[in-house]
Amino acid sequence: MASEMSTREAYGHALVELGKENENIVVLDADLSRSTMTSFFAAQFPERFFDCGIAEQNMMSIAAGLAASGKTVFASTFAVFASGRCYDQVRMSIAQPRQNVKIVATHGGVTVGEDGFSHHSIEDLALFCSFPGFTVVVPADAIETTQAVRTAANTYGPFYIRLSRPKTPLVYADNYRFVLGKAVTMRGGKDVTIIACGLMVDKALQAVDDLAREGIECRVVNMPTLKPLDEDAIIRAAEETGAILTVEEHLQHGGLGSRVSQVVAKHHPVPMSFLAIKDFYSSSGKGEELLEVHGLTVEGIQKEVRALVERKG
Amino acid sequence: MPSKKRGAKRVNPLASAPKISAEATSSKRASIAKPLSEEEMRMVAKKLRRHIITMTATAGSGHPGGSLSSVEIVTTLFFNVLRHDPKDPRWPERDRFVLSKGHGAPVLYSALAETGYFPVEELLELRKLNSRMQGHTDMATTPGVEMTAGALGQGLSFGIGIALAARLDSRDYRVYVLLGDGECDEGQVWEAAMAAAHYNVDNLVAIVDRNRQQIDGWTYEVMDTEPMAEKWRSFGWHVIEVDGHDLGQILPAFNKAKRMKGKPTAIIAHTIKGKGVSFMENNPDFHGKAPTPEEAEKALKELE
Ligand SMILES: Cc1ncc(C[n+]2csc(CCOP(=O)(O)OP(=O)(O)O)c2C)c(N)n1
Repeated sequence: MASEMSTREAYGHALVELGKENENIVVLDADLSRSTMTSFFAAQFPERFFDCGIAEQNMMSIAAGLAASGKTVFASTFAVFASGRCYDQVRMSIAQPRQNVKIVATHGGVTVGEDGFSHHSIEDLALFCSFPGFTVVVPADAIETTQAVRTAANTYGPFYIRLSRPKTPLVYADNYRFVLGKAVTMRGGKDVTIIACGLMVDKALQAVDDLAREGIECRVVNMPTLKPLDEDAIIRAAEETGAILTVEEHLQHGGLGSRVSQVVAKHHPVPMSFLAIKDFYSSSGKGEELLEVHGLTVEGIQKEVRALVERKG
Repeated sequence: MPSKKRGAKRVNPLASAPKISAEATSSKRASIAKPLSEEEMRMVAKKLRRHIITMTATAGSGHPGGSLSSVEIVTTLFFNVLRHDPKDPRWPERDRFVLSKGHGAPVLYSALAETGYFPVEELLELRKLNSRMQGHTDMATTPGVEMTAGALGQGLSFGIGIALAARLDSRDYRVYVLLGDGECDEGQVWEAAMAAAHYNVDNLVAIVDRNRQQIDGWTYEVMDTEPMAEKWRSFGWHVIEVDGHDLGQILPAFNKAKRMKGKPTAIIAHTIKGKGVSFMENNPDFHGKAPTPEEAEKALKELE
């Protein structure tokens, strides 16, 4: 694999592989197949692909009907439209009856960039984590995406997988094996734990070498499954490093930070800090510029870690 | 200057109450520009096309195709039909233009600049961090923009709200909502179509930019919306079909809509996506892709 690939592209390829292996897989899209890359599947298996047009609510309920008839359904669109726009359709037709529908949404977060805030998906994780029984996954790179999509196809139940638009570096080698509901320790450390998901895992890994030179040893944990959460890994991090920073490309409420903090508060309270999308809608701009607006950068992480270590004392 | 961190200052226009003067509530104003002739509008249309090319090329992203298909519709509205005052974007008596297909921002910004809402040079700020030229339209950022859009399918409902408010406030302004034909896949468009007819809002006009393309291909392949005119008619609308690039047909359609009492009017404007630039016409690649500098140069030559 190239050293950089968007997670949405990895999804497109993974669907084709799954389509070859499993005739029961059906894919739906809502006039964005070239962006979500379900177009690869559509080209190979036209009879098992349905473009629903620009009608996301209709798509989710169709997905539910297919699933109720025994199909394994993947439904894709941008994260903003998959979440807010279809909330009630997903809730009643997919979440409540625990249907076998995999909602794989691309263009998560603010790295969508220039399209502006109507297209920045900063609330989707909160919305999907709010559904009882939903599995929510945010892969860190293309390799983890391939694995997570495969796992979703082979695991009964409703899934939300959040993917991204830009090409991003790989943080895993080809032989990586994703395990649903399990965190992955990417780097060992005893002073503080950085728990990240999605594209922020790479940023966290980039941040820690400088900190090590300053004498701060960070543990870096990738938390691809937001729901159900790997509580043991969080409790261990609290016990063993005594401070936790969460980093996510999502609002500071309702996503990774909120969820981790509940576990920490209940089981082993330690100082925590949260790097996330701040509580306002941001402008159009380049993806990296927007991450900077919210402090979601290597330097931003380093600054937050230093402050946290100081607080820990 | 917008603050560096957060972005352009966004203000809901209603957060501070507008000054109500006699001038403000009168539907006549000295500062309203005279309607342009067809020939003059043709020149303006070309200018708007040039802006669309230049601004998307400069931004390096954006949606030229659906902007180019709407040029004659938007030109006719802004330079001949709308009662509006660029010096007072919040004039309560103004006619409202609601761009439901928010990705058509470039054509709207071009018309707003050319009518004087902000300097033409500002168009080159399209999609830049903290600029007023957001990738999709935002009513709290840009003067003259009536609706925050980008998620398709919501503008007609929004327009009904404005039209009903006119009735409640005994104002005689009119509301024009521009929709994409792909956008008409959204169920909400038809919920709104039903509601508008039910409320008899005859101060509301829906214009469907019928360019027959959406992102994944031709509308008849992705989601067939035919028979478009019959659909609107069966929902209780007065329907007019026009060639959406023929200025001689568009203006009379708006006038006919004005005379129609008791029913909302839908104008189905048959257009060509990417209209005016040979290699962009009917080319789905230019739905959401900016021309390269070389392509832009070629396009501008064709638009001389
Ligand atoms: C709710 C929603 N779903 C999907 C999109 C992504 N999208 C942007 S433009 C577009 C196609 C629009 O086609 P049409 O309405 O025909 O516009 P035009 O061809 O005039 O540009 C799509 C699917 C969106 N903006 N909003």
